[in-house]
Amino acid sequence: MPRPVGRIARCDPPAAFRQKELDVTTVPPGDPVSGPSPVSTAPAPKKRTQGIGLGQYIVIRAILIVPTVFILVTLVFFLMRVVGDPISAGVGDRLTAEQLQERLAEAGYDRPIYVQYLEYLGQVFTGNFGRTLTDNREITDVLLQYGSATLELVLYSLIVAFAIGIPLGLVAAYRKDRAPDALLRILAILAYATPVFFAGLLLKLVFSVWLGILPLGGRADTRVALALGRIDNPTGIYLIDAIRLGSPVAIGDVLEHAVLPSLALGLLTAGVFLRLVRTNVISTLSNDYVSAARSRGVSEFRLVTKHAYKPALIPIITVMGLQIALLLGGAVLTETTFGWRGLGFQLAQYLASRDFVAVQGIVALLAVIVALTNFAVDVIAALIDPRVRY
Amino acid sequence: MSTVVDIRNLGVEFATDAGRVTAVDGMNLTVAPGEILAIVGESGSGKSVTAKTILGLLPDTALTSGAVLLSNREGQDTHDVVQLTGERLREVRGRDVAMVFQEPSTALNPVYTVGWQIAEGIRAHGRIGRRQAKNMAVDILRRVGIPDPEKRVDYYPHQFSGGQKQRVVIAMALVLNPGLIVADEPTTALDVTVQAEILDLLRRCRDEFGTAIVLITHNMGVVADLADRVVVMYQSKLVEQADVETLFSSPREEYTRTLLGSVPRLGNGADRGPAPAPHSELGTPVVEARDLQIEYPGRLGVPAFRAVQGVTFTVAPGEVLGLVGESGSGKTTIGRAIAGLTPVTGGSLSVLGHEMLGIRESDFRPVRSEIGFVFQDPATSFNPRLTIAECVAEPLVVHGRAKDAGAARSRVDELLEAVHLPKAFGSRFPHELSGGQRQRASLARALALEPTLLIADEPTSALDVSVQARVLELFRELQQQFGFAALFISHDLAVVDMLADRIAVLLKGQLIEVGAGADVLGAPRHPYTRRLLASLPVPDPVEQRARRAELHRLRSTE
Repeated sequence: MPRPVGRIARCDPPAAFRQKELDVTTVPPGDPVSGPSPVSTAPAPKKRTQGIGLGQYIVIRAILIVPTVFILVTLVFFLMRVVGDPISAGVGDRLTAEQLQERLAEAGYDRPIYVQYLEYLGQVFTGNFGRTLTDNREITDVLLQYGSATLELVLYSLIVAFAIGIPLGLVAAYRKDRAPDALLRILAILAYATPVFFAGLLLKLVFSVWLGILPLGGRADTRVALALGRIDNPTGIYLIDAIRLGSPVAIGDVLEHAVLPSLALGLLTAGVFLRLVRTNVISTLSNDYVSAARSRGVSEFRLVTKHAYKPALIPIITVMGLQIALLLGGAVLTETTFGWRGLGFQLAQYLASRDFVAVQGIVALLAVIVALTNFAVDVIAALIDPRVRY
Repeated sequence: MSTVVDIRNLGVEFATDAGRVTAVDGMNLTVAPGEILAIVGESGSGKSVTAKTILGLLPDTALTSGAVLLSNREGQDTHDVVQLTGERLREVRGRDVAMVFQEPSTALNPVYTVGWQIAEGIRAHGRIGRRQAKNMAVDILRRVGIPDPEKRVDYYPHQFSGGQKQRVVIAMALVLNPGLIVADEPTTALDVTVQAEILDLLRRCRDEFGTAIVLITHNMGVVADLADRVVVMYQSKLVEQADVETLFSSPREEYTRTLLGSVPRLGNGADRGPAPAPHSELGTPVVEARDLQIEYPGRLGVPAFRAVQGVTFTVAPGEVLGLVGESGSGKTTIGRAIAGLTPVTGGSLSVLGHEMLGIRESDFRPVRSEIGFVFQDPATSFNPRLTIAECVAEPLVVHGRAKDAGAARSRVDELLEAVHLPKAFGSRFPHELSGGQRQRASLARALALEPTLLIADEPTSALDVSVQARVLELFRELQQQFGFAALFISHDLAVVDMLADRIAVLLKGQLIEVGAGADVLGAPRHPYTRRLLASLPVPDPVEQRARRAELHRLRSTE
């Protein structure tokens, strides 16, 4: 491995100075803390110029989002067109040739593909994704309404996943290959191997049907939903809207509806997180720096939760980022099981009715979400790992 | 007499799948306050296990018997570490005994500042405020010779050089002022000039702090430089213990004598046989570098890093050129460039008549069969899924000399014989061989195509001294037999001295001195070469003391 000589040279004090340090033998032996310290006559180490600062790093990563999104949007556009234009693909079989031509000309689909592509890019750039074919709604409206529902569900389940996955992952890592670890690993496999619709059905069966303490599905009772819809500028995230409404009944109702879907999706994710934390913490626990901290009397609890956990976070964050991006796009089954009208639920509907303009809009949004999540992951990893920062 | 640690009849066994393995057997030793005791032995002799037992750091699979009586600095309180568990053991660690690790870059947590890490050790032993702990950290950093400690206490480990990292590790060990420090190969990962500084620092730990040190090492030069008393371990047992002068001047046991005999010494290169022919008479050079420059491209926003700048040298046919330098000096880069593994970015490098600047891989491929390469770590340079015979046959198959590994078997057997390995070893897998045997197999592989040029990159630095001596002997024998030219890369001057006809010294990518081995080592012209030579500890305590004085004089004149 070549090492940058420049960096070493900058850190090293000049040889003559080192000699001075070593010659300081006037300090009497004894307590190193209270003993008089030799006065350092060191010149301040030269400022390093190598490497880039955190700010610059974040700016570069942020700029890189643009080409990523551009490539993703382009891919989505052309891949969707492989099956033909949205009108022929969607309703072509129900129209006569003349009617189809008329509709195509009206929507501009008879022009050359690159013109349509450029037009699409311009529209996307100005935030105009077009209108859905089936219910003629602004795609941006659809995205906002259902996107916020999905976001709310994902946030709840992430809370569940973090609260369960991380501490139990640490326990499993510390008790590697012992009974608690074996038990936790089995539970983790159960959690993420059980299909989410099956887990959802079981949860509904137990808590809604037998015990009757939690609602079967939906995001809120009809009356609460109506009340929430009436407030000014609703955020679409029901909990926030309910708090703004100031009604404890509404808040309780929204939360009650969130429990089962969040548990179903959260437990699945917690299983993945548990194994992720376990594997990475096991590998950092065997590092020299953990032994070194142990040799200085640091407690086992701190060794696991600080010394081994933080360095393990770098790979953990990366995989978690991917997992979260996946959750945002892939909550289809959970949303369908619990009638939670989010993006996944709606995507399935539009696919079934072959509304490819809507599908294209939703897929493009998901692509943007993935790019943004990756950016967030890079920034968090840089905050944790000083080697990226300096 | 009081002791800091008193080990009585210590036995350590490891429970493995293959049954119990004894690591330490019937060990008795004591360390007096302020004494530096060296434990020497080869890898697997149980010296590291003994050291870890003193801190109770052995894994759960270890079964320990006997007693390790550890006293605190004042000598009022004694614990048997073997019997301590949990909280009691934690209290002793860091307060009564601390440890310095081999590899400073892995002993420091990369994601925390050094100040935080030092404070962790302090705050683990009593209620001490964050601010006070930080002040203690600044103070101890200053005392181990870290410049500008007020600022650098907030630096992360990667912002320090290797030697400074080891100073930080020593600072962590010293901060609670324990009576004993266990140093496990504290200088093995460091360059020789840095090693000399760290040895000075460890000596200061004893002189200023009055700390006793248990020094685990395989380097006899380090022992001669630092230790008061030496314990020799062999196959889990203590075979000899004596004060340092006695051990080096009149070793009692046969094993100790062999161990001392296999240490390469400077100046032994003279018995190379007849003086090599003058350099110019050896014919067209196999390697000719003129103003050679090699750059590694930087990351985004980082300028390219120039690893080699303006190096000029030649290697004549049949000549061994020793390339010496510290880590980061560019010696490995030059070796890789000659083998066509790293592109040349400037100047000229001619290898066997081919200009390497801008050469295409397809043009260079036929030349590869003329070049052998021996890597540093024999454990990682073999494919673990292939047998030794298949590995050795690989160059023959790749260059079309044999149809497959089976067809090459007779040639492989010859090669194994040439490197003194039994033919039967061909059917074994790499992990079934010892380090020395693997490096022999690696030599056999490099010689398979009878190359005219062999590049050996630190071929013995991962080996024990006695094994190293045998591999070096073999290398010399093979070189005389096959007559290949060689570029021998090493950081160890004594090793290079044993083999090289000429020696080239690199410093920060520049060639500062090149000449016949005896000239460079006997009468070095460049001050850096002089310092490099003076930094190398020799396995003789009396001579080493004189050399140390000389080194201090050299450093102060610079």
